[in-house]
Amino acid sequence: MGRTSTLLLSAAAIVLAGTMPALSAWQPQKPIEFVATAGPGGGTDNLARAVQNIITKHKLVEQPIVVVNKGGGSGAEGYVYGKASAGDPYKVIFGTSNAWQQPLVSKVAFNYTDLTAIAAMAQDEFLLWVKQDAPYKTAGDYLKAAASGEFKMGGAQSKDTDEVLTRMIEKAGHIKLTYIPFKSGAETAVQLAGGHLDSHVNNPSESLGQWRGGTQRPLCVFSPKRLPQGAKVTATEGWGDVPTCVEQGLDIKQYEQPRTVWLPGKVTPDQAAFYVDLMKKVQATPDWKDYIEKTSQVDTFLTGAELDKFIKEDLEHVKQVAGEQGWLVK
Amino acid sequence: MDNLGELLHGFGIAITLPHLALMVIGVLLGILVGVLPGLGAPNGVSLLLPLTFGMQPVSAIILLSSMYWGALFGGSVTSILFNIPGEPSSVATTFDGYPMARDGRPTTALATAFGSAAFGALIGVILITFLASWVAQVALAFGPAEYFAVYFLAFASFVGMGGAAPIKTVVALAIGFAIAAIGIDTVSGSVRLTMGVDELVKGVNFVVAVMGLFGIGELLVAVEEEFHARAVSSKIEWREVFRAVGRLPRHSVALLRSAAIGCWMGITPGGPTAASFMSYGIARRFSRRGRYFGTGEVEGIISPETADHAAGTSALLPMLSLGIPGSATAAVMMGGLMIWGLNPGPMLFVDQKDFVWGMIASMYVGNIVAVVLVLLTVPVFAALMRIPFVIIAPLIVIICVVGAYSVSNSYLDVVMMLGFGIVGYLFKKLFYPLAPLVLAIVIGDKAEDAFRQSMLMSKGSLGIFFANKLVTCLIVAGIVLLLLPLVLQLARLLRKPAPSIHETTVQNTARETAREKVII
Repeated sequence: MGRTSTLLLSAAAIVLAGTMPALSAWQPQKPIEFVATAGPGGGTDNLARAVQNIITKHKLVEQPIVVVNKGGGSGAEGYVYGKASAGDPYKVIFGTSNAWQQPLVSKVAFNYTDLTAIAAMAQDEFLLWVKQDAPYKTAGDYLKAAASGEFKMGGAQSKDTDEVLTRMIEKAGHIKLTYIPFKSGAETAVQLAGGHLDSHVNNPSESLGQWRGGTQRPLCVFSPKRLPQGAKVTATEGWGDVPTCVEQGLDIKQYEQPRTVWLPGKVTPDQAAFYVDLMKKVQATPDWKDYIEKTSQVDTFLTGAELDKFIKEDLEHVKQVAGEQGWLVK
Repeated sequence: MDNLGELLHGFGIAITLPHLALMVIGVLLGILVGVLPGLGAPNGVSLLLPLTFGMQPVSAIILLSSMYWGALFGGSVTSILFNIPGEPSSVATTFDGYPMARDGRPTTALATAFGSAAFGALIGVILITFLASWVAQVALAFGPAEYFAVYFLAFASFVGMGGAAPIKTVVALAIGFAIAAIGIDTVSGSVRLTMGVDELVKGVNFVVAVMGLFGIGELLVAVEEEFHARAVSSKIEWREVFRAVGRLPRHSVALLRSAAIGCWMGITPGGPTAASFMSYGIARRFSRRGRYFGTGEVEGIISPETADHAAGTSALLPMLSLGIPGSATAAVMMGGLMIWGLNPGPMLFVDQKDFVWGMIASMYVGNIVAVVLVLLTVPVFAALMRIPFVIIAPLIVIICVVGAYSVSNSYLDVVMMLGFGIVGYLFKKLFYPLAPLVLAIVIGDKAEDAFRQSMLMSKGSLGIFFANKLVTCLIVAGIVLLLLPLVLQLARLLRKPAPSIHETTVQNTARETAREKVII
């Protein structure tokens, strides 16, 4: 049982690692709670657990970290919890752009301004997927086919990122789609494989296995340039071989979903700076690169004014789409 | 028999000393989290997950899946002994398991439950071994309409069963649906029924509801009715453990039927909870001793337990081959797979043969390890029943409060749990059935989502439920089950003048019904 003793040893090492030099003015004095605003197993949960694992492995913090899942209400449970914990620097909330998008379209009891933004750590890309044996080979073909009949587009959740993108596709391609919301991207992928849908706009990691298994394939990626080549996914193609949607005549230049990290509101600048610094250190590890590559995300790091600008721009954009669809609640 | 060769290779991986040790550790941890309500398999597995990051994927999955087996077994212990189901899927086990334990036969109840559970799991693994590729295709055929049909079938098999007046069953179902609707709605994205309480946006957790309804509710009834109740005198009898397991083959029809229901629901993937309820409902209708169900019938324990474990086991297959988790625990394990660098999906069987077959082989071995360990603990658990009520009652309250709090560290959950306790007590006193309420809380929102997704797809036409053979069969089977009690009653009314019919067995009546329907 060498493995167990290694584990015990490393656990002991974490407890005893009290010799770290103080790097910023504030240091945590008790265990830290990572709140994933999603159920176990989803992308947000994976991020929280990966960050926890990296911090523990590289002993970046001397306090133990626990991950809790508060994914009820499409993540609202976690954000509301963050709002209620105002001033508590021992709660770190992991989410996506729905921190600012959800309050626009649904009467949830929080807004992103109730929280302290720490960083956006990774961007998930979106692709347009169709069933493997679908007759269309390009986004142009797809739009032509969709113009005649009425296509069914699946996605995760309602009035969330997937549906916003669907409405953008409708507008840019002058077509009409029936949007069917499911609980998660994984569920949507299976529905497409079974032929119950015509298309969906999953993130790479949500449909990677399905692409390799030959049940569905991407038509184009909603990004200004092609994705980095990386390893081949199927026998002949990798992510870098997927053309951009603009190349194929579907004029949506960029659509991304950031993975975001928050503290509750009313924490001191020192405390926020500690976590910004911590996340930067996490990002510098090889394990982070490994995580990014395995989940096919794009490595980014936005914080401070840059992050603020990103949120404001995204908010304006979503407001416009939501306004056109009549989704706005306030 | 390609698969057989692969399986033997898998056994070579699974039966090594470190892996056997991992199984024992996993199973013991699993029994522990299963017995402690509120912790449960999904939480237990996610707590253990970070520890596996440094392991070989196959060792990691062996540890986690062994924990899952342990938790499935452990979940039945509290259901039977204290009427507190630790997992949604062990609710149906309380219906007959608890009365039997109260009746002074906790050893028999536990041994029967574990024995039939092991049988169910075994059938599930055999299915995975030989039908892996075929099964993967079946799951793909399931769109929203088919999902709804499966849930409908589960509800239908339950309505009209039980001694409660049908109208009371409908009331209980309706309350359950309302509770399931609390929180964010998947299809419209809007917040429903939170009544101004911000925290309710997360919805009502099953564990919170069930610990109140069953644990606290039963306790209140017990306090009122048998305040002077003495402890159940249960001898620690090893022989009874073996006798109970030895008697199982006599119920082979129930075992096989329940295993079939379980496998079907695990693959499709209706999940273990729907499977156990459905199996219990159907057993009640078709068992010769159906009318005694709810008073501590052996088949009332066998049916839900076998189906639960058959479904729990076969639910891992869609996870591996399609990347759809068939249960909450499978969802956590799938997260683990991704972190270990494996991508669940059809290619896993081609790319990662060692992993897949090592895991499948470990399911055989792990289940045997689990059942041996768990049978060894039966007398220990049964001995708990000898503790006097005045001591056990406060313990149950503590377990329920801690369990409800630990679901998401929220005081609101504790308050709600106590509220559900009062609801449970009122239901008992007024002879409303609890089972339909719980069933609606657990799968009500899923059924609603599936129905509304179907309606979006068909633009509001109910024709989608008769669009292909699969969905038509499921819906028709559901309707037949739903109307069966009504038809039975009609038949009884029509035949009343003939006295000879009165004493016919259930099977005969069923045959009569079939004839009756032709006439109608």
